[in-house]
Amino acid sequence: MDQVSTVSQTTGVPLAWFLAVGAILFCLGFIGVLTRRNVLVVFMSAELMMNAVNLTLIAFSASLNSMAGQNFVVFVVTIAAAEAAVGLAIIISMVRQKPTVDTTDMDLMQE
Amino acid sequence: MQDFFLNIVWLVLLLPLLAAVINLLFGRVLGAKAGWIATGLVFLAFLVAVGVFIDVLNRPGGAPFEYDVYTWIPSGDFKVDIAFLVDPLTAVMLMVVLGVGSVVHLYSNGYMADDDRPDKGIARFFTFLPFFIFSMLILVLSNNLLLLFVGWEAVGLSSYMLIGFWYNKKVASDAAKKAFIVNRIGDFGFELGIMLLFVNFSTMATDLRYTDIFKAATDMFNSNQPLLLGNMTIICLLLFMGAMGKSAQFPLHVWLPDAMEGPTPVSALIHAATMVTAGVYMVARLNPLFVMAPDALLVVAIIGTTTALLGATIALAQTDIKKVVAYSTISQLGYMFAGLGVGAWVAAIFHLVTHAFFKGLLFLGSGSVIHGMHHAGIHDPVESQDIRNMGQMRKRMPITFWTFLVASLANAGIIPFAGFWSKDEIIGGSILRGNWFVGGLLLFAAFLTALYMFRLVFVVFFGKDNVPKEAAKVFDGERVERTMPLLWIPLVLLAIPATIAGFLGFPPDMGWIHDFLSPVFAFATEHGKEIEAGFTQPTVLILVISTMVAIIGIFAAWLAYFRQTDMPATFSRLMPGLYNALLRKWYFDEFYQKIVVDGGKALAYGLWRFDQKVIDGAVNGVAGLMSRWGGRLRRLQTGFVQGYALAIGVGVLALVTYLFFILPKG
Amino acid sequence: MYQNMLDGFPILSIMVFLPVLTALVLLFVKYNEKADDGTRKRGGDTIRWIAAGGAAIDLVISVVALVLYIGKYFNSGVAQADSFDFQEYVPWLTDLKISYHLGADALALLLLVLTTLLTLISILVSWAPIQTRVREFYITILILQAGMMGVFVALDFFVFYIFWEVMLVPMALLIGIWGSSNRIYAAIKFFLYTLAGSLLMLVAIIALYFNSGTLDILALQQQGPGMAHDLQNWVFLAFAAAFAVKVPMWPVHTWLPDAHVEAPVAGSIILAGVLLKMGAYGFIRFALPITPAGAATFAPIMVGLSVIAVIYGAMVSVVQPDLKKLVAYSSVSHMGFVTLGLFTGIWLNQLGYDAGTQGVDGAIIVMLSHGLLTGGLFLCVGVIYNRLHSRRIADMGGMAKPMPRFAFLFGVMIFGSVGLPGFSGFIGEFLSMLGAFRANWVVGAITTLVIIVAAWYLLWMFQRVMFNKTVPAVRHFKDLDRIEMGSLIVLGALSLFVGVWAAPLLDMIQPISHALLATVSTASAHVPDIFAMLFTH
Repeated sequence: MDQVSTVSQTTGVPLAWFLAVGAILFCLGFIGVLTRRNVLVVFMSAELMMNAVNLTLIAFSASLNSMAGQNFVVFVVTIAAAEAAVGLAIIISMVRQKPTVDTTDMDLMQE
Repeated sequence: MQDFFLNIVWLVLLLPLLAAVINLLFGRVLGAKAGWIATGLVFLAFLVAVGVFIDVLNRPGGAPFEYDVYTWIPSGDFKVDIAFLVDPLTAVMLMVVLGVGSVVHLYSNGYMADDDRPDKGIARFFTFLPFFIFSMLILVLSNNLLLLFVGWEAVGLSSYMLIGFWYNKKVASDAAKKAFIVNRIGDFGFELGIMLLFVNFSTMATDLRYTDIFKAATDMFNSNQPLLLGNMTIICLLLFMGAMGKSAQFPLHVWLPDAMEGPTPVSALIHAATMVTAGVYMVARLNPLFVMAPDALLVVAIIGTTTALLGATIALAQTDIKKVVAYSTISQLGYMFAGLGVGAWVAAIFHLVTHAFFKGLLFLGSGSVIHGMHHAGIHDPVESQDIRNMGQMRKRMPITFWTFLVASLANAGIIPFAGFWSKDEIIGGSILRGNWFVGGLLLFAAFLTALYMFRLVFVVFFGKDNVPKEAAKVFDGERVERTMPLLWIPLVLLAIPATIAGFLGFPPDMGWIHDFLSPVFAFATEHGKEIEAGFTQPTVLILVISTMVAIIGIFAAWLAYFRQTDMPATFSRLMPGLYNALLRKWYFDEFYQKIVVDGGKALAYGLWRFDQKVIDGAVNGVAGLMSRWGGRLRRLQTGFVQGYALAIGVGVLALVTYLFFILPKG
Repeated sequence: MYQNMLDGFPILSIMVFLPVLTALVLLFVKYNEKADDGTRKRGGDTIRWIAAGGAAIDLVISVVALVLYIGKYFNSGVAQADSFDFQEYVPWLTDLKISYHLGADALALLLLVLTTLLTLISILVSWAPIQTRVREFYITILILQAGMMGVFVALDFFVFYIFWEVMLVPMALLIGIWGSSNRIYAAIKFFLYTLAGSLLMLVAIIALYFNSGTLDILALQQQGPGMAHDLQNWVFLAFAAAFAVKVPMWPVHTWLPDAHVEAPVAGSIILAGVLLKMGAYGFIRFALPITPAGAATFAPIMVGLSVIAVIYGAMVSVVQPDLKKLVAYSSVSHMGFVTLGLFTGIWLNQLGYDAGTQGVDGAIIVMLSHGLLTGGLFLCVGVIYNRLHSRRIADMGGMAKPMPRFAFLFGVMIFGSVGLPGFSGFIGEFLSMLGAFRANWVVGAITTLVIIVAAWYLLWMFQRVMFNKTVPAVRHFKDLDRIEMGSLIVLGALSLFVGVWAAPLLDMIQPISHALLATVSTASAHVPDIFAMLFTH
């Protein structure tokens, strides 16, 4: 096996496995975002999607021996944290306005 | 000690400016004292100017004195300084401006203090009056064209402020605005002229200094080189356009009569003695250029003559005492330009000087009469200036009468009063130089001058007593003049030069003033037509003829307005068209209102509508188009977030499929 | 070499970010908006004082910087007064070759002083009129100030573009929140119009980046003139789109009257005084030196548009019934002189004359002068509006009677704008017209007509506001308070100083215009004169 297809010499786990896990996680998250009505669950699913991408990035980073992917991940994690804080705050304030966590009921901007 | 005063010539400028600044800042606190501060400082400036004048007299050959202060506008090859030039012409102008200026300041203390209008604004008045003196001095002292333009516009500003002094009256503020804008029409030409001069002489006269311009122009003239752009005639005509505005020449004369809405001392100083002669000064100052453009000089002569006639005819029919004098001013300014145009340079300046004295006096005299009318209880500005409300003022205001008579005789050109010598020199100068037509028309204008002047004298001071009964009682009860020495002392002060100033130019064409001013016009005399000076046969003949003409004019006035007072009425009945044309000032105002003002406004409205409908319409049209399409596309936005997510997912899938599975196969 | 005692000291950054800092401080001031029981709202005055203090310190800093610059380049005999000083260079995104690069030359410093001065004045004159959302108002103004100053000192296109867009938002907010009745329309129009222009500029910046591989403005000024002629043309057009909207040139000027009419007084002062200068500054700093051949190609067209702007703006001003709209259209006319001067300078060069300096000098002076005088005019309009609550000229009359001091200072602003010699406006307009006249006498002659029209609309307005019968509504108006009077006196005095003694200012400007024209003349020697066939010189 050449350098590209293995994540590292030490573990010997092939890159494709990581990618597969990432893809599966991503799809799970995506399906969650699409199908669930509970806004908290939608939110968590979105986080899941992001982490799937993170996994993929790290995998590539290790396999390509470049730090660029990991740099991105650090940024994404940071932003995700901020986003979680802001997002949850928004959800809480919305719930205060209208006691529901169902996305279909959140139609303030709809005519 | 040599040239001591020349070296402190800046003081002449600074003193009136100081007066203006003091009165601007502290005028309200000072009250009536503001007037005395202004008068004192202007008089002080006059004393310094006398010193300057004496220094100039003592300079050998009238050599000009230049005084550089600092660089004003340096930009590339364009570099204009704040710098002054004192030569005989400047010295003469200094004397006129500050001499008449001091007297008018003195007079204003009386005239404005007793002002019965609600807003006295003494401080404002005595801020702008010395400021005017300052501006006028910049104009005459400048050694380059652009600094002259500064003074040129600054006198316009002070004129604007003083014409509109009683700003609550719409007529006054209208008149002020009209004066400024009409002047600006002239300035349009003036500025173009300056630029054209610069473009042509930029290599030699970067600073627009007169001396440099003259030198550059003379070099080109002598070597028969054509100019880079345009020619000297165009330059001179453009510059003359400025003079036409400032000096109220046909067809830009319309602002001057309206300017009479200002207080009378203002009319005397600005609109008779000094500011309106700025155009004459400018053309005289630039005489080497004009001499190179004989066609332009011809135009100057034609415009001058036309104006002389035009003013004189209109003055015949006016009933407002100040308007008559104003049209007389227009007419006399026409004489000056005619003089310049035919090449009688010194005569024109000579007439400028004498005219400043007698016309200033005429205005101050009218002011006294008006003030008397106010004093007698006639407060309406129109009524108190209407000569049909006057009569028999001779007995009521004797000092005013005698001085007014002196000024009228001077204006009409009766020997030996000041105006006789100067006006005759212009008429004689034109005829002797072969401009028969100009001379003849000016002679006819001289007849009209005597006629309208003595119409005024007879109607106001003699004739039927038309003063309303109430007012007459006040007049007869006390000698109005006695109560206001400030109003008659200045009259006497001006009456002296109005009588004797003519001897500055005695004998004709070889008097003191000719000698004094000859260095200024050296180039012009060299290239113009020489005429024999002194009491030569033709000169004496012309003197006699013009005296006869003036006497006939006075006689006609006597006949029509003293002896057979129904004559004017008969005339207006027989020739209503002509009479109305004169009364309505040959319909100039109506014409300009219709064509220029209304036309301009219509154009402006059109452009505004264009701006709103077409240009902004296009902008709003684009915006409208966007929002219409946006409205249609909006329906895709259901607001159901998961729907969007699905769309994104499907899109990504499609893209990936395309990129990785369809595209590589190709 | 003369050493600057501030070498290495980030005076420009401090100047730019001090307003941001002040705005941050304002966030923490205790302020209660809803205490509307007739008493003064708590905290409002603290906010005003802090904002004014910050702006005042900034003014002092900018003046100090200007004085230091003058000291360095003019008293020490160093001739290169067109060079940038106070430079700060910090690599930022090295992969993209983006760096935080600031620097200022005489032109930038003059505009910085103008900006800090006008900002301070707008903060002061908003003291009483702004009573709602006070905190937000001052934060908005301070952020706006930071944006404007950033534009003047940025020497990297990335930094420049950030500041350029930062400036847009607070201005739109000023109009949209504190404006009068039709404010939303005006704010959106202003925002979209300017944004549309600046997006094209972004395209130009990206094109330059791909062509030269750098975003550094000084480097681009070196490399730009060597670019292919076609590329220069396109880049110039894209730049011109952004800057022409900002100036505003005819026919992309219609956002201006709307924005001015709706904006609060402070907004109008800054809009007229500084924001309009951005366009002209952009031409001088970017469009002309980087794409000189492009500028030379389009110079005749730009001159044509400028002449139209000058005359058209003045003519349309004549019939405006709204005071603010009148001044706004007069701005179009005055700013026309700026572009006229600039492009006639270029044009002259292209025609082979080494004499374009008057036009460029005139343009720069008109920029500064317009900031002072039109800023002052808008302040005067504000003075009236705060008392009368109307901007309709028909509602006014005889105001000189209750407000003589105001009448005088208003008169100063009016006559300054008319172009009376002795004020800065004359110097700029005359030089600009002289440049135009030298380039093409027809253009010069047509432009000169404006001195008649300017007198017409301004004096007519002055008469209807100040003179004639005093209408009852204005009879009991209070004369100017100390703030209003002080501001107007400062503006008028500066204009008068420049008008009476233009040499110091011109000495500072001339090296810039010389350098600019030198760049253009070497780069545009082969550019054909597309108008030579129409007007023969």
